[in-house]
Amino acid sequence: MKDAVKITVVLTFVCAFCAFLLSFVNGAVEERVKANQVAQLQDALNKLSPKAQSVEEVAIGEDLIYKLLDEQKKLIAYGFVALGQGYQDKIKMLVVSDKNLRQLEGIEVLESQETPGLGAKIKEADFLNQFTKKDISRPLECTKLDISKKSEIKAITSATISSRAVVNTLNKRIESMRKQVKSLN
Amino acid sequence: MKNFLKGLWKEHPVFRQLLGLCPTLAVTTTAKNGLYMGMAVIFVLVFSCLIVSLIKKIVPNQVRIAVYTVIIATFVTIVDIFFKAYIPEMSKELGPYIPLIIVNCIILGRCEAFASKNSVGKSLIDALGMSLGFTWGLFLLASIRELLGNGTILGITLLPSGYNPLIVMILPAGAFLVLGFLVALMNKIEQAK
Repeated sequence: MKDAVKITVVLTFVCAFCAFLLSFVNGAVEERVKANQVAQLQDALNKLSPKAQSVEEVAIGEDLIYKLLDEQKKLIAYGFVALGQGYQDKIKMLVVSDKNLRQLEGIEVLESQETPGLGAKIKEADFLNQFTKKDISRPLECTKLDISKKSEIKAITSATISSRAVVNTLNKRIESMRKQVKSLN
Repeated sequence: MKNFLKGLWKEHPVFRQLLGLCPTLAVTTTAKNGLYMGMAVIFVLVFSCLIVSLIKKIVPNQVRIAVYTVIIATFVTIVDIFFKAYIPEMSKELGPYIPLIIVNCIILGRCEAFASKNSVGKSLIDALGMSLGFTWGLFLLASIRELLGNGTILGITLLPSGYNPLIVMILPAGAFLVLGFLVALMNKIEQAK
């Protein structure tokens, strides 16, 4: 009986102490963590659409769409997040396209856990620049060979799975964006 | 002094005790990852051993493992939050391996085998030695893998551009290969003594 009391008291005390410590640390840096995420998104938006003067967030269901506006508050482009399964974990990308969803401004990878040195190259300019001003009136295709069609994206050598994941995620998301934009207008 | 040095060489956690191999193999794709992982472990091990050593007399034997785990998990979570707030790019790079320090057997091992039986001062020195040993182990392993697999160390290109990277070194198989060679080398040096 005595033992049971002691065990309970010690465990409760240790847990309470740890909980206190954690809430203290979390409270101290919480805002910074959030600010980091916002800053990262903002950076990516700026990079992909330097002409935009302001950003308006529109929520559709659980989705967030970023309307990029110019000086006269006219819509010039849409920004949206695409999420899909990569080689090791989900790949999260920011996509910016023109307001008719016919041409990409470009994409940026926000979060990914692809193999360093291989799949992680999806974060590098060589791969990402292929999407700049890319025509998306047709679904994109991923190829291991040299590009022969307008809709093709060249896969990273020995990282076909990651490259394909980016392209497929993008295609799916653009498709769902088209529906959402329609419902928006 | 002996307590400090044993972690660095004679009882090296990775190469002699073969503990904590999951992060050792998984995050050592680049030297930078290895270094930051090592630093996270230094923080967690030192503070966990400090607290465990402080409260060793009041913790009932039956629940000691549970208590150690809660303490370790707390410090790991602090590191995790800290990385997210101040070095978000490393937090992304290391991904789940930071929270996984909780189940790193070096930490629980040192708490159970040393900190719960020795004075606070001795425990601190032991924790420092072990975690620094872990850090240099990871850094060495990661440097070799990054150099052979990518031609760089800490992002600095060291091998000429004509070098064709051995991609296998960056893949999991490369981690096992390099670890095997390093353990063998360490054993050879010890035998020669």
